[in-house]
Amino acid sequence: MKLPAFDYACPRTLEEATALLAEACGDAKVIAGGQSLLPFMAFRLAAPGLLVDLRKIAGLTGIEVGDEEIRLGAMVRWRDILDSAALAHALPLLPAAIGHVAHYQIRNRGTLGGSLAHADPASEFPCIAVLCGASVDVVGAGGRRTLPAGDLIAGPMETTLGDDEIIVAVRFPRWPEGRRWAFDEFALRHGDLAIAAVAACYDMDGPHIANARVAVMGATDTPQRVPEAEDALNGRAPGDDTFGTAAEAASAAIEPTEDLHAGAAYRRALVGTLLRRGLRASCTRQREAAE
Amino acid sequence: MSRETFRLTVNGASYEVTAPDRKTLGDALREDCGLTGTHLGCEHGVCGTCTVIVDGRPVRSCLMFARQAEGAQVRTVEGLAKGDTLHPLQQAFIDAHALQCGFCTPGFLMLIVGALEQDPDMTEEDLAHVLSSNLCRCTGYASIARAALAAYPRPAPAAE
Repeated sequence: MKLPAFDYACPRTLEEATALLAEACGDAKVIAGGQSLLPFMAFRLAAPGLLVDLRKIAGLTGIEVGDEEIRLGAMVRWRDILDSAALAHALPLLPAAIGHVAHYQIRNRGTLGGSLAHADPASEFPCIAVLCGASVDVVGAGGRRTLPAGDLIAGPMETTLGDDEIIVAVRFPRWPEGRRWAFDEFALRHGDLAIAAVAACYDMDGPHIANARVAVMGATDTPQRVPEAEDALNGRAPGDDTFGTAAEAASAAIEPTEDLHAGAAYRRALVGTLLRRGLRASCTRQREAAE
Repeated sequence: MSRETFRLTVNGASYEVTAPDRKTLGDALREDCGLTGTHLGCEHGVCGTCTVIVDGRPVRSCLMFARQAEGAQVRTVEGLAKGDTLHPLQQAFIDAHALQCGFCTPGFLMLIVGALEQDPDMTEEDLAHVLSSNLCRCTGYASIARAALAAYPRPAPAAE
């Protein structure tokens, strides 16, 4: 399918880009990697009058692991995350999840800013951002603002971004040493859209779990934390009983979506199975001390 | 909708292209550069048939506008052979019967060449994941995997 016609702009500054977006009054789309937008345009699910390409704007790439936080530019591509030795050490959950994003060629071009703005409920990056309490830096014609990733996602394929706003960076709080984590996903083939996936992380306070976070994606209409499962983990010793209780709690708490790939009951069961499996594996996965 | 004139560098040669903004890299390679070795299958980023290498990375040329490749080094299947001598992977495809209708072949060739250049240390299992990026409706993939391994031998997996 050939793409619908549009005007194309390739500004060199964020100021120019946001001004173009503001002028277009909602009839424009930002293009970064284009790996979700072009298929959407091919299917006529999107037919923007103007595309604003970010590729010539400086300062949108780069992975900076600081003492307090990890800053990822919005144009960081999946491939950059997978290649980053610093991230593999500082936030091992992120590359583990990003390995599930689509296929090889897509990971060479797709960007994290594009993924957040697209807000597909089956996308890994928004889920990890929600789980970890990441902040999103946004620039619009009227200035800058920062919002929690969870407040950016408004619904399936829907964000709270204004027409003139561009995501410029995502910032993750640093993880303490020893934090354990889990990620598991089910799709028909590796790289296909997730029918369900779970992500989790927690610390050990002596023999007990503390600061547990659990999130679900693909099975619900947005990536979301599951407090019921977190409560089932906190204060308890890791092990099959605790993990089983948390898995059952997650399974019961969510409101699963239904589509041609899977019904609600199947997704509910998948979430329980994936979380139990992921948490078992978490006992041997932790952020290691710096060398 | 504007038509713009820009240059694409493909297999080391420079091409002047005048095309509407909406033209994908895949279409521009075929229609404006006359390089019809790149095949377009699904045109929405699922089949991988249109894979070319842009600045050293295999990408799907249906998911990129031609304009976005301005200034980049693009490689297509036409650039693999050296004169009459086929690229080792092309020869391996023939030897292993890795094609039947041949429609998906340019995409697989560029995917495998690009992936093994980008990740020379990948294991046989990694390679299987990479091959799952593209669709072939004839071969069942086993012969494609055999050809890839013949051209790019992988170390045997370590014994448990």
